[in-house]
Amino acid sequence: MPSDTTAGHIASYGKLTAVWLCLLILTGLTVLITRMDLGGYKVVGALTIACTKAGLVIAFFMHMRYEGRLLRGLLFLALITLALYMGLTFVDVLYRGLP
Amino acid sequence: MTTAPPDNFWNDTGRTGISSWIFSTDHKRIGLLYFYSVLTFFLVGVALGLLLRIELMAPGRTIMGPQTYNALFTVHGVVMIFLFILPGFPGAFGNLVMPIQIGARDVAFPRLNLFSWWLYLAGAVIILVSLFTGGGAPDTGWTFYVPFSTRTGTNVSLAVVGVFILGFSAILTGVNFVTTIHRLRAEGMTWTRLPLFTWSLYATAWVQILATPILAITLVLIFSERVLGTGLFDPSRGGDPIMFQHLFWIYSHPAVYIMILPAMGIISDIIPVFSRKPIFGYKMIAFSSLAIAAAGSLVWGHHMFTSGMSDNAVLVFSFLTFIVAIPSAIKVFNWVSTLYKGSISLEAPMLFALSFILLFSIGGLTGLILGAAATDVHVHDTHFVVGHFHYVMFGGTGFAFFAAMHYWLPKFYGRTYSQRGAIVAWALMFVGFNVLYFSMKVLGMKGMPRRYYDYLPEFTTLNLVSTIGSWILAIGLLIMLMNLFRGLFRGTPFTGNPWGGATLEWSIPTPPPTENFIEEPVVTHGPYDFTGTGRP
Ligand code: HEM
Repeated sequence: MPSDTTAGHIASYGKLTAVWLCLLILTGLTVLITRMDLGGYKVVGALTIACTKAGLVIAFFMHMRYEGRLLRGLLFLALITLALYMGLTFVDVLYRGLP
Repeated sequence: MTTAPPDNFWNDTGRTGISSWIFSTDHKRIGLLYFYSVLTFFLVGVALGLLLRIELMAPGRTIMGPQTYNALFTVHGVVMIFLFILPGFPGAFGNLVMPIQIGARDVAFPRLNLFSWWLYLAGAVIILVSLFTGGGAPDTGWTFYVPFSTRTGTNVSLAVVGVFILGFSAILTGVNFVTTIHRLRAEGMTWTRLPLFTWSLYATAWVQILATPILAITLVLIFSERVLGTGLFDPSRGGDPIMFQHLFWIYSHPAVYIMILPAMGIISDIIPVFSRKPIFGYKMIAFSSLAIAAAGSLVWGHHMFTSGMSDNAVLVFSFLTFIVAIPSAIKVFNWVSTLYKGSISLEAPMLFALSFILLFSIGGLTGLILGAAATDVHVHDTHFVVGHFHYVMFGGTGFAFFAAMHYWLPKFYGRTYSQRGAIVAWALMFVGFNVLYFSMKVLGMKGMPRRYYDYLPEFTTLNLVSTIGSWILAIGLLIMLMNLFRGLFRGTPFTGNPWGGATLEWSIPTPPPTENFIEEPVVTHGPYDFTGTGRP
């Protein structure tokens, strides 16, 4: 079992705190863009930020950074799928009502 | 029950009676539990389908009114989709055969496997309860489209809870199969020696894992619309009804690949065995399973061409839909090339497999008519669609399921059925099927809409023909089941490897021992390398 070799990895407090601060800043950014006039792109912006945050949580807090290639690849597949689902839905939502 | 030596999985547990089944973690027993459960629901669905056809036999009210008709086609659809065809292949034959095909003793998580079956059963019971409680059986169609599904007085809320639970059962099976195929392959069982049925289950399992959660979310949203009035799909409150259709089809279109991929897998296993020729283009078939799973996840919008979504989306989804035709055609061409100059023997499993190729191709090609936006606008929501998806799901997956029953069940029972009976049944079913559903396609072309209990007088003759077809099909089905089960329980003994298969399940004793293999298998040849398998 290749992924067992990384079991018990402990990240330093400094690193974890830095990640946490990043998450807070990104949350602030989400609030900020709701005040800007971006039309349909507001959702795209909010989703981009949300994805980045989720990525940080998965990588550091959930230890995916320290896992083997296989597990990382499989997770990546799930994320790509979700992104494609959302992206293709926007092909409709963004252009609805246009000629 | 069987005459085989006592050391097989039929008589190995300490327990007896029903608890030796419903609490067993043996993949073979769980596979049979699934098999009998899905078969029961299939028969329920068939009975409902026959009632629908009797209603449509003549114009006007024949045996039921509009509300009953609406409820019956909904229940028929829900039962066939969620209780028969989606869990059918992975649950029944995936469990029975896949671990043996890769040389494993069981799946990676046997208890989780049993839990999946229990969840399946719980979901099924909840759906059955929903038919008789609240406002009665749902009448929305199996698609639960808003706004109707959020307003109808029938018991949609409970039905979606049932389907939600079934979704979890499917996800768990998917996780189990992916892990099993990655981790438990026997020594020498490389990825390029994996039987194609296992390959197709692998692709299917990924769709189950990735797409089913979207269904779960969608159903939760309907539930919250109905119970909490959230307004997510209600335009008067800023909601978007078309968003429901997106969410629903993001799951449900990949779901049709959960239905068809394993069926293609079994056909890829049967055709070479009964042609005595290695499969043509092994790698391309394995690859096309993955390609279908991937591309098929991106085409859901083709169900929505007339929904009012943007024209850009219509263009994109129509284009993507045509891409799925490529890997599907790869498979069909490779099967036909496998047959070419093979030494073909037309026994029951092969007849079902060959009819799969024809019926699936008809279904797939009519799918292109629906996938092209310009033509779809004319036939959307007509009986053409009903004909199309029955060709794919019943003519495709259904016939492949029957092929699998005739191919593998004797292996597990140690007794076999009469070939003559099976062939007569097959012929009746094949004829009945085409009479039943081809008429529907013509009716649709002429403009008969789906989901109505009544129709204009000019459609009378073909509807009568179609209904007669459904009776021929039903008689064939009855003969097939009687012949098969009489054979399995009281037929002639079945031992060794009479078909001459080269996959691992044919190398072990019949019926299989509890641990599948008497000693750890070491795989030294590919799944379609027939040298030395015994059959001339
Ligand atoms: C003897 C076998 C069968 C008969 C006679 C039959 C007949 C019918 C009929 C008459 C309809 C309704 C048409 C309408 O008014 O819209 C229908 C709908 C449907 N059938 Fe079947 N069918 C059979 C088997 C199957 C099988 C094996 C499957 C799937 C594996 C299936 C899946 C469906 C689905 C999903 C619908 C759509 C329900 C809806 O509109 O919500 N059927 N069938």
